Amino acid sequence: MFGLDKKDTRLLILVAILVALAPFLLNPFPEGSAMAQFNAGYPDLMQRFVIFGIFAIGFNILFGLTGYLSFGHAAFLGVGSYAAIWMMKLLTMNVIPAIFVSVIVAGIFSLAVGWISLRRSGIYFSILTLAFAQMSYSLAYSVLTPITGGETGLQPKVNDPRVLDGALAEGATPKANLFGLEMGSSFEWSVGGWLFTFNAGYYLAAVVMLIAFYMSIRIFRSPFGMMLRAVKSNQQRLNYTGLNAKPYTLAAFVISGMYAGLAGGLMVAMDTQVGAERMFWTASGEVVLMSILGGVGTLIGPVLGAGAIKYMENILSKINKEILHQWFAFMPDGIEDILVSLVYPFIGKGWHLTLGIIFMLVVIFLPGGLVEGGQRVARLFKRKKPAEDGPDGKTTPAE
Amino acid sequence: MSKTNLTRRGVLKTGAVAGAGFAAPTIFTAQSAAAFTNEPTGSSVTLGFNVPQTGPYADEGADELRAYELAVEHLNGGGDGGLMNTFSSKALQGNGILGKKVEYVTGDTQTKSDAARASARSMIEKDGAVMITGGSSSGVAVAVQALCQEAGVIFMAGLTHSNDTTGKDKKANGFRHFFNSYMSGAALAPILANNYGTDRKAYHLTADYNWGYTTEEAVRTSTEAMGWETVAAVKTPLTQTDFSSYIAPVLQSGADVLVLNHYGGNMVNSLTNAVQFGLRDKLVNNKNFEIVVPLYSRLMAKGAGANVKGIFGSTNWHWSLQDEGSKAFVKSFGTKYGFPPSQAAHTCYVQALLYADAVERAGSFNPCAVGEALKDFQFDGMGNGPTLYRGEDHQCFKDVLVVKGKENPTSEFDLLEIVEVTPVEQVTYDASIFGGELGSCNPGA
Amino acid sequence: MEAIILQILNGLDKGSAYALIALGLTLIFGTLGVVNFAHGALFMIGAFCAVTLSRILTLSHTIVDDTQTDFLGNPLKVDVPYVMDWFGEATGSAIIDWAVPLSILFAIPVMIAIGVIMERGLIKHFYKRPHADQILVTFGLAIVLQEIIKYYYGANPIPTPAPAAFKGSFDFGAMLGFDPNIIIYPYWRIIYFAFAAVIIGAVFAFLQFTTFGMVVRAGMADRETVQLLGINIDRRFTLMFGIAAAVAGLAGVMYTPINSPNYHMGMDFLVLSFVVVVVGGMGSLPGAVAAGFLLGILESFASMREVLAVLPGLNQIIIYLVAIIILLTRPRGLMGRKGVMEE
Repeated sequence: MFGLDKKDTRLLILVAILVALAPFLLNPFPEGSAMAQFNAGYPDLMQRFVIFGIFAIGFNILFGLTGYLSFGHAAFLGVGSYAAIWMMKLLTMNVIPAIFVSVIVAGIFSLAVGWISLRRSGIYFSILTLAFAQMSYSLAYSVLTPITGGETGLQPKVNDPRVLDGALAEGATPKANLFGLEMGSSFEWSVGGWLFTFNAGYYLAAVVMLIAFYMSIRIFRSPFGMMLRAVKSNQQRLNYTGLNAKPYTLAAFVISGMYAGLAGGLMVAMDTQVGAERMFWTASGEVVLMSILGGVGTLIGPVLGAGAIKYMENILSKINKEILHQWFAFMPDGIEDILVSLVYPFIGKGWHLTLGIIFMLVVIFLPGGLVEGGQRVARLFKRKKPAEDGPDGKTTPAE
Repeated sequence: MSKTNLTRRGVLKTGAVAGAGFAAPTIFTAQSAAAFTNEPTGSSVTLGFNVPQTGPYADEGADELRAYELAVEHLNGGGDGGLMNTFSSKALQGNGILGKKVEYVTGDTQTKSDAARASARSMIEKDGAVMITGGSSSGVAVAVQALCQEAGVIFMAGLTHSNDTTGKDKKANGFRHFFNSYMSGAALAPILANNYGTDRKAYHLTADYNWGYTTEEAVRTSTEAMGWETVAAVKTPLTQTDFSSYIAPVLQSGADVLVLNHYGGNMVNSLTNAVQFGLRDKLVNNKNFEIVVPLYSRLMAKGAGANVKGIFGSTNWHWSLQDEGSKAFVKSFGTKYGFPPSQAAHTCYVQALLYADAVERAGSFNPCAVGEALKDFQFDGMGNGPTLYRGEDHQCFKDVLVVKGKENPTSEFDLLEIVEVTPVEQVTYDASIFGGELGSCNPGA
Repeated sequence: MEAIILQILNGLDKGSAYALIALGLTLIFGTLGVVNFAHGALFMIGAFCAVTLSRILTLSHTIVDDTQTDFLGNPLKVDVPYVMDWFGEATGSAIIDWAVPLSILFAIPVMIAIGVIMERGLIKHFYKRPHADQILVTFGLAIVLQEIIKYYYGANPIPTPAPAAFKGSFDFGAMLGFDPNIIIYPYWRIIYFAFAAVIIGAVFAFLQFTTFGMVVRAGMADRETVQLLGINIDRRFTLMFGIAAAVAGLAGVMYTPINSPNYHMGMDFLVLSFVVVVVGGMGSLPGAVAAGFLLGILESFASMREVLAVLPGLNQIIIYLVAIIILLTRPRGLMGRKGVMEE
């Protein structure tokens, strides 16, 4: 289907189902229960999952296939975001032009950065991309303040021009929409103790993410993808066969830059705000960590990695001491306090610590990232039930 | 999913869930169900405390969180009532807000606008928070304020000092109790003129971002009005840690005052470096060389250690104030946590109480009603003297403290001494000077 | 002219910090081939060795002073350090005053131990793993170390002043015949520069003039051949890791009076130290040191207001701009070896 082989089709369909059902899958616990803290099925986080998924998928096209480790990808995301917000301010609050332009602008910017940076390889390439990204961040935060808003960033304002939009109703605020469908609008379905939220913005981002994912599978399986892998395994040999690797790597760089721009544009479409921190080196580092955590060079790995990091950032950081006391309230007082003080360093303001420990554990015990974890579980499963020979959809390493 | 029996929370969060039948699933939009975003329909109301818990401002965030916890305790009738006893408005009864028990959720802004908005959105979308408050930088405050305007909840800003928050980026749903750059400049200038004379040459080092620009502008204008001359103003990157190359040329320029428009880690480092260079021991133009830090905080003073001694700055509030409100707050905070509160803690505590009081007086959690109640609200007894919540820009107007690093501190908290309480008239400005559009309140529905 | 002399001094001082950090990093990164994202954390831990020692020296018992009151109106509790009890007030306060220099002695064994434990316990399993895995594991380690420090010391910077004898600044200008107070430089920063020069010299001498150093250099060039000769190169590499950690740690200890240490100071230096190492060229110790000083001096010049008046914002990007220019004109940085970390 869609020019994919059976295994890839199955993977794509599985991802599509997971994404479509995310509002259910991410909200397994009833409202008001002690475990509801772990629910992730609210619009903002679901949107972030798919947007950072797109970002990581794009990054993986470069890093996973060619082995070129860019340490400045956040710059493309940031540039895409700025392009998108300016479209919204000047043209229309409709998200289509914003997203479209963000991809184009990020593509042009990545062409320029890639053209220069790809003159070097290995660590020298990484530092060049890092340098460009850090310069973008520093300038956006300071001297470019008239264009970027600097510290306070940019948001749509009531008195922006928006030449294509009609005048706002009195007292209304400009809201991102898709031909009138507001990105923030949601249907809520309350059943039993559960509350499921179906958010328009999430589904738009999800559809875009599925298209992006599909395209990444096509790239992985194409002759172009083959060529990129050849760059990774032995560039010298490739050169000796008379092929120039540069156009291929540059194409991969620009494609992955456009993915980042797409993610940036979607971020603005979902949440109309841009700040320069989006381009700081830690943001570039984050997408590197997402890819490695999930499994470099695998199709689904980066998406899993992105989900894992965003989940911890948004869920763990919100657990506070009071909630812990509620959880352990059934214990005798002394034990309750001990348990709370044992768990407390790892949640709330200590969520970074948990993140660091998980990074270390994953890379020490699962060298292939979360995907390898999935594979191991699947193998365990297969050994138990040898009759059931379903290939595991989540585990499709590229190499 | 038969895990419902795991519920240990006792109180099942009601809200929209309680209304829906168990048998027949119903579909409805959030908008049609309530009069405004996150209308509390159960026996409790949820507030969102969004403070930096990681990153350089984590300690300040921790202090803000302590203040919020104290405020919630007092609102629910616990503790000694704190500032509720001295507050001029007596609408609060100590039975929660409008009879609803106050609950809260916490989040981490990481002092990044993206993370702060993610955290605030999760509070609004997931936890049903009807008000968001907190934060430790203007970038975050402006970002979250814009979000709250869009979502239709009230934003009570925490520590944010830039003119922009209630200036060019002001929003109808956002309110700020903290003072701003303009007020710092206006309050400091006369004191500086009194102490250092009117014939001074100032050299500014300015953090290269919005807050730095507005602070430099404010201090510059008001000191120049006193007769000072500005020799140079150099912008320093936010990520700078070693300021030696900015400080070394100061003496050559012929300046005799150095103004450090820095905050947080930048300020700690630039001040430490300036003192290291021995600037304060020098005699320039036959005057003692002086250093000024427009915005002080106790945590920063602690980070800079002995270097702050004798250096002037301004602050929103300080625990050594002797009015009834300040004494009451220091007492209940100090008794609970064992040390005096910071100005960040104070402004956050006051904001929480002001919000609760406005809801009581409005008789509704509706953001528009709350906004109406806060608009041009005059109050006293919160530690800053008589205060006005101005309707045009949702900025509080109150006395500003000019402080000086203490020469002989008696404890690690006793670092600043109050030099003067600048009366509110001196720091009041016209609401239109910073531009921006307040817009109209958005209840979200 | 005066301004330029001053900025050269500044550049040398900044450069010595960069060079020290980059030297430790390049021992691990450029030679053992491990991308060590935890190097910044080692620098930070070094700084907190100084904080810890000064905490130990000021361990106190409290006495109640009835003549003063605390903020709640209770009698003030005053902390009296034990060292003051034991050695008397004058000697006691002198010991506390000299906490930072004393920390050097304290930090060396601690940092070598941390380095050796890190290498034996974790890094050694990652020599053959892809660089991506090294990044993830060392970054995870850096976060963990950082959070542990934050848990015990908080997020606020902790003032750690230099001994009173080194306060104030030296008037270079008067020495060179300029007007007084024009070219002044703080004593402690001059000491930092001298200290860095000594450490850098010591590391070079160690590698260049000892048998141990010779074997390590041989191992860096061709690890397998050295092993085939029957030399236990692993043990030497472990010790080199310990030395690299100690160099980073000492850079941190001495840095504390310059800027109050906080838990994320390592991350602030991390990116910069990678830039310095790569600009210097992978696998080259002299390259790292040269790049450190070069970037330090250029950064200082870029912060001059005469320069900023012409090119606003140059101070924001100078380091990265220079890095790009150097890497484009010299493919392997200043003195990089061919084939190191180029895949």
